[in-house]
Amino acid sequence: MTERTRSDCDVAVIGGGLVGSAIAWGLAQQGQTVAVLDEGDVAVRPSRGNFALVWVQGKGLGLPEYAGWTKMSSDTWTGFAERLQEQTGIDVCYRRPGGFLPLLSEEEMERRAGQLRRLHNQPNVVRYDYEMMDRAAVAKEMPFIGKDVVGASYCPLDGHCNSLKLLRALHSGMSLSGVSYLPHHRVERIEPRDGGFRMVTASGDEVRSGKVVIAAGHDARRLAPMVGLDAPVRPERGHVIVTEKTAPFLNFPVGFIRQTDEGGVMIGDSFEDVGLDTTVRNGVTSTIADRALRIFPLLGKLNVVRTWAALRVLTPDGFPIYEQSTTMPGAFVATCHSGVTLAANHALALATHIAAGTLPDEFSAFSARRFHVPAVA
Amino acid sequence: MTDLKPRYDLAVIGAGPAGLAAATLAATRGLSTVLLDEQAAPGGQIYRAITRSPVRNPNVLGTDYWHGADLVGPFRDSGADYLPGAAVWSVSRTLDIGLSRDGAARILPARHVILATGALERPFPVPGWTLPGVMGAGAAQILLKTSGLVASGNVVMAGSGPLLWLLAWQYLRAGARIDAILDTTPRENWRQAMPLLPAFARSGYVGKGLKLLLEVRRKVKVIGNVSALRAEGDGRVQSVVYRQGNGAEQRLPADTLLLHHGVIPNINLANATGCAQSWDEAQRCWVPDVDGWGATSVEGVAIAGDGAGIGGALAAEHRGRLTALDALHRLGAIDRATRDRDAAPHREALDRALRGRDFLDALYRPGKDFRVPADDTIVCRCEEVTAGQVRDAVKLGVSGPNQTKSFLRCGMGPCQGRLCGPTVVEVIADARGVSPAEVGYYRLRPPVKPITLAELASLPKAEDEVAAVMHH
Amino acid sequence: MFQRLPDAGGERVSFTIDGQPAEALSGDSVAAALIANGVGACRTTPVSGAPRGPYCMMGVCFDCLVTIDGTGNQQGCQIRVHPGMRVETQNGKREIER
Ligand SMILES: Cc1cc2nc3c(=O)[nH]c(=O)nc-3n(C[C@H](O)[C@@H](O)[C@H](O)COP(=O)(O)OP(=O)(O)OC[C@H]3O[C@@H](n4cnc5c(N)ncnc54)[C@H](O)[C@@H]3O)c2cc1C
Ligand SMILES: Cc1cc2nc3c(=O)[nH]c(=O)nc-3n(C[C@H](O)[C@H](O)[C@H](O)COP(=O)(O)OP(=O)(O)OC[C@H]3O[C@@H](n4cnc5c(N)ncnc54)[C@H](O)[C@@H]3O)c2cc1C
Ligand code: FES
Repeated sequence: MTERTRSDCDVAVIGGGLVGSAIAWGLAQQGQTVAVLDEGDVAVRPSRGNFALVWVQGKGLGLPEYAGWTKMSSDTWTGFAERLQEQTGIDVCYRRPGGFLPLLSEEEMERRAGQLRRLHNQPNVVRYDYEMMDRAAVAKEMPFIGKDVVGASYCPLDGHCNSLKLLRALHSGMSLSGVSYLPHHRVERIEPRDGGFRMVTASGDEVRSGKVVIAAGHDARRLAPMVGLDAPVRPERGHVIVTEKTAPFLNFPVGFIRQTDEGGVMIGDSFEDVGLDTTVRNGVTSTIADRALRIFPLLGKLNVVRTWAALRVLTPDGFPIYEQSTTMPGAFVATCHSGVTLAANHALALATHIAAGTLPDEFSAFSARRFHVPAVA
Repeated sequence: MTDLKPRYDLAVIGAGPAGLAAATLAATRGLSTVLLDEQAAPGGQIYRAITRSPVRNPNVLGTDYWHGADLVGPFRDSGADYLPGAAVWSVSRTLDIGLSRDGAARILPARHVILATGALERPFPVPGWTLPGVMGAGAAQILLKTSGLVASGNVVMAGSGPLLWLLAWQYLRAGARIDAILDTTPRENWRQAMPLLPAFARSGYVGKGLKLLLEVRRKVKVIGNVSALRAEGDGRVQSVVYRQGNGAEQRLPADTLLLHHGVIPNINLANATGCAQSWDEAQRCWVPDVDGWGATSVEGVAIAGDGAGIGGALAAEHRGRLTALDALHRLGAIDRATRDRDAAPHREALDRALRGRDFLDALYRPGKDFRVPADDTIVCRCEEVTAGQVRDAVKLGVSGPNQTKSFLRCGMGPCQGRLCGPTVVEVIADARGVSPAEVGYYRLRPPVKPITLAELASLPKAEDEVAAVMHH
Repeated sequence: MFQRLPDAGGERVSFTIDGQPAEALSGDSVAAALIANGVGACRTTPVSGAPRGPYCMMGVCFDCLVTIDGTGNQQGCQIRVHPGMRVETQNGKREIER
């Protein structure tokens, strides 16, 4: 339709959510010419509906490489945020005060302690500080905790940002770095063409590129096999509540409760397997509210301004998939369920490797081949 | 307060003419019916405070207003339960109604739901419209009806549409002073409206309307063809600056500026319930999709009155009765033939009430500069986002209001887009050079009215809903 | 600036605005009662600190937010004033325990 769509580019990124935008921005900083093909205003797009944690603790039990990958992103997030701000003027409000995961019974305490111990006992796992805190220690930081709080796990690496500002900063940065952003370009087909790729959109437009990165969230499942890749992701619905703007009182992200830079208190979340359905269920948000009040009773008077449900993009084991196609080199897939936390890695590390054309060996841990182990009957 | 039944055949939300008429008919014919309204007394917008207005002189508000008493009386006798002060914050697809009253939330199940949530004044974004002392004309009318309050000092009214003239007329009757009316009706609207004039001339409104208009024009300075407007002042409005056509800027002192650009459906509850909606080019607003019985795309949910497209108070009343008859039929109380037979007189009355409407729509369509404001104008009052920021987002490739919401927060505040949605859509459409229909609207979720976290926490929870949170 | 019609009927209600005694008519909303008492601006916004007053009077704009009997961010136009009510104007964001 437009002449832009015809123009060739080094890399076409399919998906303008957090994963695609971070990669596209990073590629552009590497000097690549990039086009981002995205859907329009109404789309399944968890990048607009997430909880905005840059979270480290507890991640990587079962895949030690993921613990290291997460910690690396957390460690580079400050620099990443600064670069975005320098370029776009947008402060994405990243703060790393350390995060608490509140625990409501001795049993929860033990289970959590066990999880973290096992995580840190894995061979070759990267080490970092964390602490199991009892009630008194938590109360020292947050005297207003409810009587049901038995303790918390705490990790100084945990932080949070404003993920909507992050998405906007990435888009703004893409625009400033010359990335062509193409909304209303839902890719229906990817075909290898002349050593590169040809994307055909729902409205019949075509885009040609040297490389292609599939970062299409839930649709990666359908697109990946077109270029010899596999992304067996499924949606998992999570609900979030946000309150009216309140004067700052909560200095830490507390697992599923945090105060945003704007003042609203965000409260999550839930886990349901319901397909691509983002209907809000009042009973679910009610349960979330109830649990939040056990942790911070003083939240009770706050007005709820909005609730919503968004769909996590989940692989069978919950860990990311980053992979280059062996049958059609130049085609990559990237999907994960912590696109905020990992944004720094996607923009700085992953994009650099994609620009160079190969993913280093460390990435083999994130290959979808791990799902292809023959099932044991 | 009435003791509520655990479940109703029919829940009607909104006690304006549509809701009152619907609930009265349904209850009289045997459905267990509850009427919920967030106001303290019945009447909706037009008949606000009808049962208890402190305005003693009946000539001030006029006979159209007092017609409201004819609806409230039969409603009281109908056997329907009435729950005032109840804000409905959610209607689920399973027809569970979430309401909040006196700081306590609850869920009330119904077998059928009629949304009669009416209209609100179309947002009128001009520079300075957020200053204290600038209000909607409808807001001033509410102050008059419920509290016998009229603006004093320098009073300027601005905009267009029947309600603006009605308020001016009521103000004059009340002995209030109006410095000037700044009429923003674009001259070229007459060209579009003229062909529709014959039908309007045969409508019931024409005589009444003309008389009212002439009376106001005789007593108030009316400044026509106003093409630009802004409010200025330090901490509150002190003056109004305007232009006539391409003329130079003029300034009027103002302690109160009353703005009005017609009314549009209050779609928030319908939208959050999941009812499909479409852009209405003639009325330039989003309107829920309904059939001739008010039925929406959501099974069991109907809409009556101005909430399903602006038709005025009398039309609202008749549409209320039609949706009630359809509810009776759907709930098995009457067969289709009975429904159709009993509907005939109401349908006829509805047609009569709607006659001439499209003339008003065409004549009073706000000019483009008011629908698509300049860069420095705040469009989202809650988050204080300007039209210029929305345009910048469009330059980044944003194509609709849900993405501008993410990027700019416009529509994320407590009003949930009621005061910015129409403008944001018009600004995006204009910047992209497409129709608002293509741009779309906000996707809304419950609660459409705020409830406290404690109220939310108090609601019933199904086992799987608890499991979705706790057993992970 | 608003004034009451001379013949407006109803009972007088005593309440306070920011601690000062004030009077309203029974049936007034809190927002109307403030306006009747010459209080045109009832809050400053949490975003820029700009002053605001009631705009719609029908519960849709949320510009009439005030603290009522110690609870912040109440919609003044949707709540009726009652005898002894303590109404306070607001500054910016609400406080967590108010
Ligand atoms: C401020 C204003 C003043 C108006 N004045 C006049 C006038 O003087 N003359 C005239 O001809 N037309 C007037 N109109 C036009 C108006 O739309 C009428 O045509 C008529 O009132 C429409 O009737 P209705 O029954 O559809 O809705 P309404 O009369 O608007 O009634 C809707 C009712 O639903 C309630 N409601 C809405 N949402 C909820 C919720 N979530 N929970 C609980 N209750 C809810 C409202 O409180 C209201 O009482 C006015 C409109 C407005 C906005
Ligand atoms: C409730 C909830 C809370 C969360 N909290 C956190 C958190 O605190 N911290 C954290 O790190 N992560 C969190 N996440 C996860 C995070 O939101 C996701 O990891 C991230 O948004 C995924 O981004 P994405 O770009 O892969 O997917 P998406 O956001 O789905 O983006 C994919 C994009 O691709 C487009 N697209 C799809 N198909 C096509 C196609 N065929 N052609 C062109 N474009 C296409 C879509 O329109 C969309 O724009 C949370 C998720 C949820 C649901
Ligand atoms: S004045 Fe608009 S909500 Fe009260």
